[in-house]
Amino acid sequence: MLMSSFWSVWITVITLFVIAACFILLQLCNKNHTDVEEGKSMGHSFDGIEELNNPLPKWWKYMYLITIVFGLAYLALYPGLGNWKGLLQWNSSNQSVGYEKGIKEDSKAATELAAKEGRYVQYDAEMKKADETYGPIFAAYLKTPLEELVKDKEALNVGKRLFVQNCAQCHGSDARGGKGFPNLTDNSWLYGGDLATIKTSIMNGRNGMMPPKGGLPIQDSELKALTEYIFTLNGREGDKELAAQGHASFMKGCFACHGMDGSGNKFMGAPNLKDKAWVYGGTRKAILESIKNGRSGVMPAWKDILGEEKVHVITAYVYSLSHQAKK
Amino acid sequence: MMNHSQPTGADYNYTVVRQFALTTVLWGIVGMAVGVLIAAQLIWPALNFDTPWLTYSRLRPLHTNAVIFAFGTSALFATSYYVVQRTCQTRLFAPKLAAFTFWGWQAIILSAAISLPLGFTSGKEYAELEWPIDIAITVVWVAYAVVFFGTIIKRTTSHIYVANWFFGAFIITVAVLHIVNSMAIPVSAMKSYSIYAGAVDAMVQWWYGHNAVGFLLTAGFLGMMYYFVPKQAERPVYSYRLSIVHFWALIALYIWAGPHHLHYTALPDWTQSLGMVMSLILFAPSWGGMINGIMTLSGAWHKLRTDPILRFLIVSLSFYGMSTFEGPMMSIKTVNALSHYTDWTVGHVHSGALGWVAMVSIGSLYHLIPVLFNQGRMYSNNLVNVHFWLATIGTVLYIVSMWISGVMQGLMWRAVNSDGTLTYSFVESIEASYPFYFVRFLGGAFFLFGMFLMAYNVIKTVKAPEGSLKKVEA
Repeated sequence: MLMSSFWSVWITVITLFVIAACFILLQLCNKNHTDVEEGKSMGHSFDGIEELNNPLPKWWKYMYLITIVFGLAYLALYPGLGNWKGLLQWNSSNQSVGYEKGIKEDSKAATELAAKEGRYVQYDAEMKKADETYGPIFAAYLKTPLEELVKDKEALNVGKRLFVQNCAQCHGSDARGGKGFPNLTDNSWLYGGDLATIKTSIMNGRNGMMPPKGGLPIQDSELKALTEYIFTLNGREGDKELAAQGHASFMKGCFACHGMDGSGNKFMGAPNLKDKAWVYGGTRKAILESIKNGRSGVMPAWKDILGEEKVHVITAYVYSLSHQAKK
Repeated sequence: MMNHSQPTGADYNYTVVRQFALTTVLWGIVGMAVGVLIAAQLIWPALNFDTPWLTYSRLRPLHTNAVIFAFGTSALFATSYYVVQRTCQTRLFAPKLAAFTFWGWQAIILSAAISLPLGFTSGKEYAELEWPIDIAITVVWVAYAVVFFGTIIKRTTSHIYVANWFFGAFIITVAVLHIVNSMAIPVSAMKSYSIYAGAVDAMVQWWYGHNAVGFLLTAGFLGMMYYFVPKQAERPVYSYRLSIVHFWALIALYIWAGPHHLHYTALPDWTQSLGMVMSLILFAPSWGGMINGIMTLSGAWHKLRTDPILRFLIVSLSFYGMSTFEGPMMSIKTVNALSHYTDWTVGHVHSGALGWVAMVSIGSLYHLIPVLFNQGRMYSNNLVNVHFWLATIGTVLYIVSMWISGVMQGLMWRAVNSDGTLTYSFVESIEASYPFYFVRFLGGAFFLFGMFLMAYNVIKTVKAPEGSLKKVEA
């Protein structure tokens, strides 16, 4: 937005005044206006400290003048003096691009107007250049079927870099995940590990939700046994008697999502309880916490953040993580 | 020659000067120890011992507040009260008010040392203290101004010595900066919200933040330099005219430089340009102070060989010159695009903070303490010398490691592959920084160890029978 002309004049005047005052002071002190000979003491002494009337070092004076000239030239070329736009018409953002024509700042219309007039602002110019340079690379990747892409070493490298920049924050830079964030290398999949499903998961995101106690009429007193049942489901040693009691609780309805045998349901993203992969931890304590309080996990949708081209490449990389042998 | 008769030491009020001088050493150790601890936490995160009060986020503001406002500002109180009396040849105005500034300032330091680890913060860098403490700071600072300018008014010298110009500018400007930036609406005893919003808040914050550097850490310490360098060197100040040009230009330009902390942000383009241009023009006036200080030694260079106190002062001016060259350079937008948010900034700050502020304070204190306690010299000149080398090596280790890691981080963050993806993840840049974090920790530890030597030396000097430490004539 442009400021009012009062503020524009105010800024311009005090800026130029300060720079001019610095210049004038330099000129005044450059000549000896005192009545003391150069190199001699000024004649006052403070606690024994005297001051000499030495001239300003020449090299220093010229250095000072150079910065003043540079500063004034910069203010002529770039915005700085109030509403003065600078001779280069440089502009970091869309702000004020469409201002005079009554177009909302930072709007698409403002960007288009600037482009039409050949006045790309810094941001748009950089985006345009990036699109022109990198757009074709990803367009080509998108045309390649995923089955082919997973064999393309270079594409997998690109996918890895995109993963590290965008996905590693949750899934870790080694993609082994963390508590609440699935491990992508173990070939244990909540929603399915085929190429198309991985791509869908990334494009549209996922909302995983387990209500407390599955939303079932399970009493707190049953939780210990149920936990033991789940704990032993993947073959771990435990209290068999307690686990058998827990099985009865499981049959109150847990099977609806996790399956009769606990092997999960990929259509709903219900985890397989019989393998060694635990998104929220597989200790008795963690299992009890999951059952008692429920769990809620969100994977954001990336189609509008990265675009399908990049998601396509990331899909190939994520798939390759658990299919090293076939690569 | 209008040489005034020199009153004896007994005519001056040294009580408050002694108090501030000794607490400077104490707070220096505390502030730097916290700095070394948080430097270690960046390498060994377990050092926060899973305790909220010891987390990096709470100790970092404690470190900055302790070194700037406890160590640095105590040094400024001590030296300004000393210098203004000696160069105006009069006792301190309003001695009870002066005593109030000492106890008031210590109370403020203690309340900061308690409230910051507890997590009370206004979230403004270098102005984290909450509103009741801000009000207390204002009260003490106004008292400080009354004492200082009162003394100037009742001076018996005809002119006001250049050191006092700098102290005066520092006292007035810090008051204005503190009051304007700390304006907030309290919502409870220890919580408030800034009255500014968005980009305006950011601009006010960095107008404050940069001038805390410009007026407190630069102008104030230049005042210190203008007394202790000529005193220790026993030489006249190099150029009266240079001091006039660089004083007025420095204070006129510094106040504009804040926007260079906000390059490439939501701050309007014109504001960023002005901040950059004024920062650049500030380069020569900043160097004016260095030239005037170092050239004061002309004809007495040989003293550097034998006098470690003078070495502290002159090396501090060299670091001052280095960081005031670096600062304008980093304010150039193109350079800033690389340096901003990296360790380079941290290195730059410490080249000023350790190399300039701490070393000029240490040198001045080594000159001051024997005078205050009626001794001819410090207890051990050798320890001063060892301290000098520890401080110099520590500073160099610190700033060089941060330069390297800062430039490396900047380059890693901007590295782009031929497909447009970033070459490195953020975590990779942190991993690459670890060796430099270690060197930085080492540098800090060197510097801190030197402060312990200083504390020992000071205690020995203070405790020695009065007048027993005789000045050694070269």
